Amino acid sequence: MGLARTRSVALIGLAGSIVEVEADISSQLPGLRLIGLPDAALAEAAERVRAAAKNSGCALNPHKLTVNLSPAALRKHGSGFDLAIALACLAADGVVPAESVGAVLHIGELALDGRLRPTPGMLPAVIAAARSGYRTVMVPAGNADEAALVPGIRVIGVASLRDALIWHGARLEPIAVDVLSAPAEEDSVDESLDLIDVVGNDEAILALQVAAAGGHHVFMLGPPGAGKTMLAARLPGLLPELDRAAAIEVSSLRSLAGLPVGRSLPTRPPLESPHHTATAAALIGGGSGLIRPGAAARASHGVLFLDEAPEFPASVLDALRQPLESGVITIHRANSIAHFPGSFQLVMAANPCACGQSGARDTECTCSPMAKRRYLGRISGPLLDRIDIQLRVQRITSARVRVSEAEPRLSTREARTRVVAARAAAAARLVGTSWTLNSHVPGTWLRGQRMRLGPKTTASIDRALERGGITMRGYDRVLRLSWTLADLDGDSIPSADHVGRALYLRKAM
Amino acid sequence: MARKDEVGRRGEDCAAEYLTRSGYTLLERNWRCSQGEIDLVVAKDGDIVFVEVKTRSGTGYGHPFEAITVAKLARLRRLAGAWCEQSGLRARRIRIDVIGVIARSGHEPVVEHLEGVF
Repeated sequence: MGLARTRSVALIGLAGSIVEVEADISSQLPGLRLIGLPDAALAEAAERVRAAAKNSGCALNPHKLTVNLSPAALRKHGSGFDLAIALACLAADGVVPAESVGAVLHIGELALDGRLRPTPGMLPAVIAAARSGYRTVMVPAGNADEAALVPGIRVIGVASLRDALIWHGARLEPIAVDVLSAPAEEDSVDESLDLIDVVGNDEAILALQVAAAGGHHVFMLGPPGAGKTMLAARLPGLLPELDRAAAIEVSSLRSLAGLPVGRSLPTRPPLESPHHTATAAALIGGGSGLIRPGAAARASHGVLFLDEAPEFPASVLDALRQPLESGVITIHRANSIAHFPGSFQLVMAANPCACGQSGARDTECTCSPMAKRRYLGRISGPLLDRIDIQLRVQRITSARVRVSEAEPRLSTREARTRVVAARAAAAARLVGTSWTLNSHVPGTWLRGQRMRLGPKTTASIDRALERGGITMRGYDRVLRLSWTLADLDGDSIPSADHVGRALYLRKAM
Repeated sequence: MARKDEVGRRGEDCAAEYLTRSGYTLLERNWRCSQGEIDLVVAKDGDIVFVEVKTRSGTGYGHPFEAITVAKLARLRRLAGAWCEQSGLRARRIRIDVIGVIARSGHEPVVEHLEGVF
């Protein structure tokens, strides 16, 4: 009786490992036994494979089939192993040559009629296959475009198990079937949101450009109707286009989260704005068994916008501290550890108090001082400390609107050009270091011999430090913002004016 | 006699003939007790073999072997014990086999034999 093997991919987080799928036929009563730590969805593969094989015109051998997924100690999830299991079983039976099946990596879920369904996590799985040195993968036709985004891999998209068998050399007549296609991709970032729509609020527009140019995190505080949400939604538009590596990472995370991935790589950074009822698992990722990426991971290389930040549970907000510090989200479970990229830009918006009117010029706040303190106190100090730009946004008066309408306003396209130029200047200055953005640079480097600014330039923050207005950490953050402001203005070194404006962006609340 | 019993009877005939040709000695056919029925009891080289025969007139509803469930095998195991007790024979070893017969009308029946399935 026969034995055959092929390979597939198991994913833990974004990292994939190659799984060997072996099938053996023994002279026993019929049955398909799956061993090697499958989860519930994978254990049901036996039924799918049996039905799909029968309906493709090649019923499984009427003896006992044992399918082993190796390494046996690795926990395997999901339905992506169906195709590999079916082909290993049929190759063991001699329907297709075992050498042909063994040389190709197979990923895909089977429908009962033998067609192949698009499978989530295809892109990271194919990347893992390419890294492990595999050159040919067979995937569902609905996923072929997604798999083809990976360079240096030959992708064979097949619509059904029958087509897969024919490709491997089975003597069968092809039958045309309707391809099961992945749901169409919808654009996550609305390109119609332009900075030109923002009237007044020049400080906020400047703050957004600084945030985009230096990669600084932003906290906006202001009464309802001041335009915080409007501003935050326009930040992704200011960010430069994604480079290839970043785009593959963004698409991989979308694919892993089960979201549609188009036929080309995305060029625009993602925006994720989770609701304030989100749990820690929804925000950074989690789940028992299969670990899925959360909103923060999906916002990697883009913007994570938390509207009404004090309404989030404190534990959820504090879960962001580790990714903010390291740029990597690490999720520990008893049986595995998953890593996701976490290099998102955080934008938080909050009302100044529960009634929202504190500090507004036109209405009275009705909150007691204690209630006000408690409201903003929900955002922990350590989290706020990691946010460079802390900005107060005011409601716009009718007079301000009339003045602004006459002035020329900045469009997103112009602002993005400035941001790209500023990022290029920063990258040129930071060449030879491990950092590319001003927000990544540690304070010690900025205060070191090479980069130190003159005492005249830093006079305003030196005084603020002496008087206890800012801490040493705050001092470093103002320095970083000053460099970004200088980059935006095309200056090679920050002036006293840049430092003053940076101090304003940091201490506006 | 119902048609399905007729098919089953024909299948058992085929199986018995196949086993005799393969060198087995037929000891019993359709042995019954209060717990159920054993289709065939045969012997070869001192082994006593209890055989369940399953016949199908086609594979539209699956292979005959697929109709043999764990519960059916467990009953066969109990019946084997009961048969040994009443016969008084001392078997060197006992074994449970399954024979599947596919008897398409107008075709020669196809006999498949699985040894030691339990």
